Amino acid sequence: MTRDEILASLFPNSSEIDVTGAMIAGQATLPDGKPIHVLGITQGQNLGVDEAIVLAGHVIEIIKSEDTSPILVLVDSASQRMSRRDELLGLSEYLSHLAKALLLAEAEGHRTVGLLYGGSAAGAFIATALATGTLVALPDAHPAVMDLPSMARVTKLPIEVLKAKAEATPVFAPGLDNMVRTGGIHIVWDETAPLASQLAAVLARPAGQDDRARLGAERGGRLKAAEIADRVVALATASHQGAQHG
Amino acid sequence: MTALAANDVSLSWYEASARQRIDALVDAGSFAEFIGPEMREISPHLAIFDLPEQFDDGIVIGRGRLDGSPVLVAAQEGRFMGGAFGEVHGAKLTGILRAARALKQDMVILFDTGGVRLQEANAGELAIAEIMRAVVEARRAGVNVVGLIGGRAGCYGGGSLIAGTCSRLIISEQGRLSVSGPEVIETNKGIEEFDSRDRALVWRTMGGKHRYLFGGADIFVDDEVLAFRQAAIDALKVRRRWDPAVLKAEQKRLERRLQRFGEAKDAVEIWQTLGLDAPTEIPALPTDAFLRAAGKRENADDAR
Repeated sequence: MTRDEILASLFPNSSEIDVTGAMIAGQATLPDGKPIHVLGITQGQNLGVDEAIVLAGHVIEIIKSEDTSPILVLVDSASQRMSRRDELLGLSEYLSHLAKALLLAEAEGHRTVGLLYGGSAAGAFIATALATGTLVALPDAHPAVMDLPSMARVTKLPIEVLKAKAEATPVFAPGLDNMVRTGGIHIVWDETAPLASQLAAVLARPAGQDDRARLGAERGGRLKAAEIADRVVALATASHQGAQHG
Repeated sequence: MTALAANDVSLSWYEASARQRIDALVDAGSFAEFIGPEMREISPHLAIFDLPEQFDDGIVIGRGRLDGSPVLVAAQEGRFMGGAFGEVHGAKLTGILRAARALKQDMVILFDTGGVRLQEANAGELAIAEIMRAVVEARRAGVNVVGLIGGRAGCYGGGSLIAGTCSRLIISEQGRLSVSGPEVIETNKGIEEFDSRDRALVWRTMGGKHRYLFGGADIFVDDEVLAFRQAAIDALKVRRRWDPAVLKAEQKRLERRLQRFGEAKDAVEIWQTLGLDAPTEIPALPTDAFLRAAGKRENADDAR
């Protein structure tokens, strides 16, 4: 689906969304008449310092406005921009700042929903889609940490060998199914059905804890993460009590 | 031995292992590890690639005391898989950050990482996202999370994004803080964009001095374990807020940086715009002279 088809299916009633190059920002109306903020990076754009500061600025305006409307973040990006200028200017701070803005919005009562409908990779994926409270995807989405040819170069393994290994585990190879199985994506929407009702279903879920590791364990793609993190919390808590009473 | 026993071992932070850094950082004898190497919680994924595992998966976590106060600690081992984040490695850090929030106890993270471990890239990428969320939730509950950067592997990739969520960053000249590494930029964009073998270019673009000068890091220290210890003690003395006002101030700070320096071609131009005397001399200055010269630096005091 194209961006415009997606917006039309999500918001058949009305939407007022500004498009500035690959960046979008605006508001729309949900089927129940309530407003929702819409932001996004589209057209497979790289996320660099200039893009990140614009998106973060929109999120901060929404947090300041003191409504508690949800925020939908559309994502079809490339990776972070790999350039001397972006790194010279401190790209890591800009990407973190954007992620922090989205995480703070969720904590301040705005539901944040990421909709991955194209690509996204590495630092751009972390700073946008993976910083939302609930991440959903359309079937054409293709998230990646690194593409297989680059991975072959770095690991010094032939690409055929990597492809064979990728059959056995979802843990390293790019692609939507692997990201679903490891728990990074909550649900893949049905693009043949209206998206508005599927969004309403996501918004109806209560906001809660970070449940991605638990999903990854249930789906068999990431068996250890949730158990290890829980065990550390239990050990630290027991040790703390021991230190206080001992 | 008292909890306040002096740590008197002089050691290069850059050269030290993760365990040596923790030993020198916290009060002598105060460290207790969680899920240590005896538990043999190894990566379940490296065997697929016929790679050796390490019993702690390249990260040491636990609790200790810092100048008498309880603190939670995580230290990455840059000598194992470049300190990269895999499933177990990342989950140990996520867990201890969640404990920091639950126990309202401050936390120090000793970064030494190239980023996500490619052999378990999806698990590592998700671990980064989970860790960032755990850091901000801890900070929102009033916990300080201080990052220390000066290791052999630097602080790259997802590690640099986690660093950006910390309340304070301590860095040495050897500490490099950047998303894409020099080799990655060169491979993707060509040697004209970034010559990864030009070490002077790497240091002045990504190194500790540059990051400190424009507010990318807060405290600059010698490459010395005791200097890092003292800086961590100082950083934890001030309770740092994290709320919409801080984020708004960071937005202004980062917008201003683009306005002031967005056209600069090289770090030296930025240092010149900052008004530093003899900007070309900055890379050669020893710490004392550098800190004197850095008087006109930008800071991120209430904007991180």
